Amino acid sequence: MADRQLMTGNEAMAEAAIRAGCRTYFGYPITPQNEILEYMAAHLPRAGGTFLQAESEVAAINMCYGAAAAGVRTMTSSSSPGVSLKMEGISYLAGADLPCVILNVARGGPGLGNIAPAQGDYFQATKGGGHGDYRLIVLAPSTAQEAADLAGLAFDLSDQYRVPALILADGMLGQMMEPVALPPHRDPATLPPKPWALTGAKGRDPNYIASFALEPTVLRDLNVRRHARYREIEAREVRWEEVATADAEVLLVAYGTMGRIAKTVVRRGRERGIRVGLLRPITLWPFPYSPIRKLAERVRAVLTVELSAGQMWEDVRLAVEGRCATPFYGEMGGVVPTPSEILTEVMRHV
Amino acid sequence: MERAVVFAGFGGQGVLLAGKILARAGMKAGLEVTWLPSYGPEMRGGTANCTVVLSDEPIGSPIAESPDVVMAMNGPSLDRFESRVAKGGALIINSSLIDRGVGRADVRGILVPANELARELGEPRVANMVALGAVVGALGVVPLAAVKEAMAAELGAKARGNIVALNAEALDLGHAKAEVT
Repeated sequence: MADRQLMTGNEAMAEAAIRAGCRTYFGYPITPQNEILEYMAAHLPRAGGTFLQAESEVAAINMCYGAAAAGVRTMTSSSSPGVSLKMEGISYLAGADLPCVILNVARGGPGLGNIAPAQGDYFQATKGGGHGDYRLIVLAPSTAQEAADLAGLAFDLSDQYRVPALILADGMLGQMMEPVALPPHRDPATLPPKPWALTGAKGRDPNYIASFALEPTVLRDLNVRRHARYREIEAREVRWEEVATADAEVLLVAYGTMGRIAKTVVRRGRERGIRVGLLRPITLWPFPYSPIRKLAERVRAVLTVELSAGQMWEDVRLAVEGRCATPFYGEMGGVVPTPSEILTEVMRHV
Repeated sequence: MERAVVFAGFGGQGVLLAGKILARAGMKAGLEVTWLPSYGPEMRGGTANCTVVLSDEPIGSPIAESPDVVMAMNGPSLDRFESRVAKGGALIINSSLIDRGVGRADVRGILVPANELARELGEPRVANMVALGAVVGALGVVPLAAVKEAMAAELGAKARGNIVALNAEALDLGHAKAEVT
């Protein structure tokens, strides 16, 4: 077994980012993700990077824009209300085709809400929380180990497609500790080159980066090319996990913290002879429509469970398209349903 | 095998640290572990708790509906968690601060005067380690030696003088209280 360290989800994402070659971090404090700032403040300078506590969330995301344009791996993090403040900057990053990693350690909402775990930011993350016709790559870890793994993947995918990547975690995952086997350190100098970056135009034509094109046909063409990349991401990068789906009568669909709790539901259900399985989306965009659709052909019901009023549920129903029943079970405001409560709901559909 | 432990008490009694040490010991013993703190707007003197799950398989829910062992360092913690302990489970009760025992027949109550035993050792702050020793004894899935190692690792650079030895003695005292006689 690889050497494992006991880390919070927040620390695991921060350390994995540094190991992935992140060399600039800009943030502003908010619970329940302050450990990310603390970790970056302590460790990023030692890796030769720059940590800066910005004057606001808006400033932080715009600092990321500048660092990304200069070709440096860059990250910001916040929690729900703070991520709302970043939305203008995220739209600009998308419009300028800049890679950037954004961590949302989500909390109860709307408004100031509370600091308990919640999944009410799904729409904002996956459907374009900012203005304009753009997508983010959205990754949803369910353990501290997966948080570390996906933090590294987020940088790679974001660079490869020049699309900002958002990790949608929640307060529980951010605060809890688990053993984590960390990936090796990667030297930024060995990462794939970024010939488009603003690195000084000595000996070459100047590069131009902006999210601005006054002429409609020019902007249209930029959007068409960007959306072609989105189609490529949808074709190649869908990720999900299946548990006990082979003979399932009821299929749970749940992600993140709810996804891991659903695993306990599956285990307890199977112990009682209930044929329940789980599909856990790992990428929320691109969403695993196709695997859910295939399973919907042969189960009685697809039960979506979320820490929200039913946001991913809309995507699940788009995937199922009436092939079977699509009930929903959720809690809001930071309340986390117990495995027993979910199992009771499963029993109603067997 | 999957076991869950809740550590609860006043902020400042070291319940989060006790949980961290058990989680670290479990990890070193090759188990899967989760450590989930209550992370509300809490302060010294308020209530604090954490849940540790130990398993030989990947852990789903880090929240324990029915913990196998509860360590109650103060009265409010006993009141809050007593009804949730799994049948056949154990309640470690800090009898220095709690003047009642377990009100259930299907749960083993272990009275540990943690503060008094700690004072006898000459270090009142090790009361949490006395109680953790009892937890380890009642739980029976992580060796006490692994817990002592994890304690030394968790205290790390903060441990000066004989602090590690004192904490180890505290663990022994508590562990003896939980041994089935």
